[in-house]
Amino acid sequence: MNSTESLNQPLLEANNLTCIREDRVLFESLNMQALPGDIIQVEGPNGSGKTSLLRILAGLSRPYEGDVLFNKTSIGKAHEDYHQNLLYLGHLPGVKGEMTAQENLEFNLSLHGMAPENAEKTLAEVNLLGFEDALASHLSAGQHRRIALAKLWQSKAPIWILDEPFTAIDKLGVKNLEAKFLQHANNGGCVILTTHQDLSFPENRVKKVTLQYRFFK
Amino acid sequence: MSDTAITSQLNQPIALSYRSAFMLILKRDVTLAFRHKDDIINPILFFIIVITLFPLGIGPEANTLSRIAPGIIWVAALLSTLLSLDRLFKSDYNDGSLEQMLLSPHPIFILVLAKIVAHWLLTGLPLIFIAPLLAVLLHLNENSYGALMITLLLGTPILSLIGAIGVALTVGIKKGGVLLSLLVLPLYIPVLIFATSAIDTAAMNLPFTGQLAIIAALFFSTLTLAPFAVSSALKVSTN
Repeated sequence: MNSTESLNQPLLEANNLTCIREDRVLFESLNMQALPGDIIQVEGPNGSGKTSLLRILAGLSRPYEGDVLFNKTSIGKAHEDYHQNLLYLGHLPGVKGEMTAQENLEFNLSLHGMAPENAEKTLAEVNLLGFEDALASHLSAGQHRRIALAKLWQSKAPIWILDEPFTAIDKLGVKNLEAKFLQHANNGGCVILTTHQDLSFPENRVKKVTLQYRFFK
Repeated sequence: MSDTAITSQLNQPIALSYRSAFMLILKRDVTLAFRHKDDIINPILFFIIVITLFPLGIGPEANTLSRIAPGIIWVAALLSTLLSLDRLFKSDYNDGSLEQMLLSPHPIFILVLAKIVAHWLLTGLPLIFIAPLLAVLLHLNENSYGALMITLLLGTPILSLIGAIGVALTVGIKKGGVLLSLLVLPLYIPVLIFATSAIDTAAMNLPFTGQLAIIAALFFSTLTLAPFAVSSALKVSTN
């Protein structure tokens, strides 16, 4: 890791988050920090609020209480600045069946301010070489996910928030992705992800945030 | 790509231009619509069918038809726009593209405006080309053609802009169709009243600039305000 002076400066900070869905408290007074180089795995049973937490961190949902800070400012106030530094992938891949794999990726890249010229090269990275001109509606769920994940290979954003990135991805693909996460973290970025799979990183490399399933009170 | 290259790129601001963001979304939405032609043809066909049914139902008497022609054309335009509104955000919401747009570094109102413009190009604009042909069928007074075209040109964008607010508010609801009509139709009424009044006035060879000025005012106020309302509504809907 090269940028030592900024190493202790958190990229993203969550203060006192409380999330309530359908009258059920998912989590209360949750604090977390994402430092450069962190890989944070959010874990917990189904319905414990992992996706809600990631959506709050990405700024898609508002927490009931608490605040998410980027560069010491609340993300609600500096959302354009924050979105330039954020890459979020949700449950849904955001892939259009009417467009080809390459068109989908080109759009995704340009939408996030990256160069669309690299789309073809990037598709090769995620093992979709030969499918550039296939309509996405003819591709499988795993291939849709790969089109969405291809953005990671071009992204310059330091904060990656990924909701179940391994869904429908084969074993070799998972290995490649894990290598990509590690590389990103070693370059001073941070990765916040949810997954039910065991990550193959060394134990001390991954920070865990565990959410409990809470019943109605 | 080597590791050092990525490190130097991290945290660098991205060059953004409103124009390129606008064109990007516009081009995508138009491409998508042309690959999914039902979406374009459906509202246009509805417009044509409704208007051709009236002479059949009422009888071919020229006086009656020309009296009700402005109203029929405008009501048909209004309903066919309503029919097409759903696709504005629904499919993007369902497949997750909308989330990605909301999280893009571009200001949301630019993206929203581009989507609304694409919607108008695909539903409003074709109506303007077909309307004069259908007006012949309804024996529209020949002095009224100019007024019909101008009111449609200024009025149909208002329908798309106001409709977008309604869709943005209801996109998260599973069956929001009825709610959408209830929300949007009352807001369409001023456009309907002033547009048909302008066409009627033109038929009597009187100046209709007053009505046009009001429609233009509606157009510019919705054009400037609706994209912001839609962005906020989308944020609420995806919450």
